[in-house]
Amino acid sequence: MKKIEQTIKPYDDKTFNTMLAGSYVQYMRSCLIWQFVRLIVINIKMLKVVVKSH
Amino acid sequence: MGFKSSLSYNYDLAVILNFNFSNSKGFIMARLVVLGGGVSGHTAATFAREWLGKEHDVIVITPNSQWNWIPSNIWVGVGDMRKEDVVFDLAPVYSKAEIVYEQARALSIHPDGDENNPNPFVTVEYTNEERNGEKAEIEYDYLINATGPKLNFNATEGLGPDEGYTVSVCTEDHAVHASKELEKIIKKLKNGEKQKILVGTGHGTCTCQGAAFEYILNIESVLRRRGVRENAQIKWISNERFLGDFGVAGAHIKSRGYIIPSKIMTESLFVERGVDWIVGAHVNKIEAGSVHYELLDGTTGEEEFDFSMLLPPFCGVGLKAYSRTGEDITSRLFAPNGFLKVDANYTQKPFEEWDADDWPKTYQSPEYGNIFAVGIAFAPPHAISKPALSPSKTPISPAPPRTGMPSGIIGKAVAHSICDMINGKSDKPTHEASMAHMGSACIASTGSGFFSGTAMALTVYPIVPDYKRYPGTGRDLEYSFGEIGLAAHWVKHILHHLFLYKAKLKFGWTKIPE
Repeated sequence: MKKIEQTIKPYDDKTFNTMLAGSYVQYMRSCLIWQFVRLIVINIKMLKVVVKSH
Repeated sequence: MGFKSSLSYNYDLAVILNFNFSNSKGFIMARLVVLGGGVSGHTAATFAREWLGKEHDVIVITPNSQWNWIPSNIWVGVGDMRKEDVVFDLAPVYSKAEIVYEQARALSIHPDGDENNPNPFVTVEYTNEERNGEKAEIEYDYLINATGPKLNFNATEGLGPDEGYTVSVCTEDHAVHASKELEKIIKKLKNGEKQKILVGTGHGTCTCQGAAFEYILNIESVLRRRGVRENAQIKWISNERFLGDFGVAGAHIKSRGYIIPSKIMTESLFVERGVDWIVGAHVNKIEAGSVHYELLDGTTGEEEFDFSMLLPPFCGVGLKAYSRTGEDITSRLFAPNGFLKVDANYTQKPFEEWDADDWPKTYQSPEYGNIFAVGIAFAPPHAISKPALSPSKTPISPAPPRTGMPSGIIGKAVAHSICDMINGKSDKPTHEASMAHMGSACIASTGSGFFSGTAMALTVYPIVPDYKRYPGTGRDLEYSFGEIGLAAHWVKHILHHLFLYKAKLKFGWTKIPE
């Protein structure tokens, strides 16, 4: 995978001025064990909103 | 004119015996007519059927023969799902539920009847093969307008798949067409040709930016998967003041000790995926291969494309309303944009004076207590995002979304109120579902694949920011959450199957929340 830093263009309004996910964050986004944990967390967070909205 | 076919025993018998359907005649206690069978109308009709005794009739009038889980259309539009995966036939489901189903489009509402008929009724035109074009009158005691929007492709010259140069994913058939057009682009990319892809909104007053957001990132994902990403230039164009506005004034989430705006999340994702963007844009003309636009700062521009999916703005479906004497009272019932006026505060006022209490609670028409509007069909009091005009006074800001979770919750609340009114528990609506006191849980797909897919999970509370209760962000940060990852994609897939299961009224469907 191309390193995320390579997408940044110096002084470019868009790529230079935003927060970017580094390689660790990108890895964790698809790490199966971590994502199973996040599946539970996301469901709990969403259920909280659903319960409050009904 | 008169009543014709029906799936209901009561309904058929009454036709044969020429009974009047109103309460006062005593044959059928009440009749609820629902115009539209989308998320909101289907939810309202099915719950009303569940809660009302069999002596009452529930009738759904919708021009479509199939129910469509619209959020998954974006996957059809990139070829990752088939049309059959996102639709099902309504007739057997309504037959099983003992809901009368009329495949027809509503034309007009006669809330006081007419000179020949003292009872309120709607006129409809059938769209099924057997009775295509035939008109009829259908009486009601309670009416829910859930027609959804008209996709107003005519608002911009050259917009849309039928008479224009862009594709759409608003309906299942549009999505199938979009997928075929995208496939042609992929073939060219495979041949080494450079291709420009432009996705976003096709007018300054569009809504549902979230759908376009999902579509552009799914295209990017598909192109990477197919090994042709390098040859494609992908660009976003929208009427949002900032990226991540999504028509709800953006959102803030708490993450790792920071309060992060949706602008940062969205920009970050676009940069990561190599997607460029133009915001604050009103697309005013589309030609073969190019889009002309005006920006909030007054500048104009042109963007070339080989493939473009631009959403249309929405307006009402064009329902008319007439008094008993035949006088046109459409402007009394409907707002100028064609959506039905309900219990909202429609007083025109500047953004600084907007209030959460402006938003409707019961969705009852102020003119007629037995008429309600749910989902996109109700007229919002104003936008959610701050309005903006270009120097030439062109409005360039998103209209408020009323789809998905709020649409279902509103449909259910209105069904509850009407059932209570029919059952004599109250003479006014008993349930409220204000978007200013309701949250939303969204999953925006950014690419499919069981192990390689990702999506953005986002929750906000309330949908309409309340800057008095929650100064600054307008929202309760304890309920606002955002995350990108594979787990969110799994949730999106689970919701796809769950909501189709629920809409088919399978075992335990009432226990699944909207």
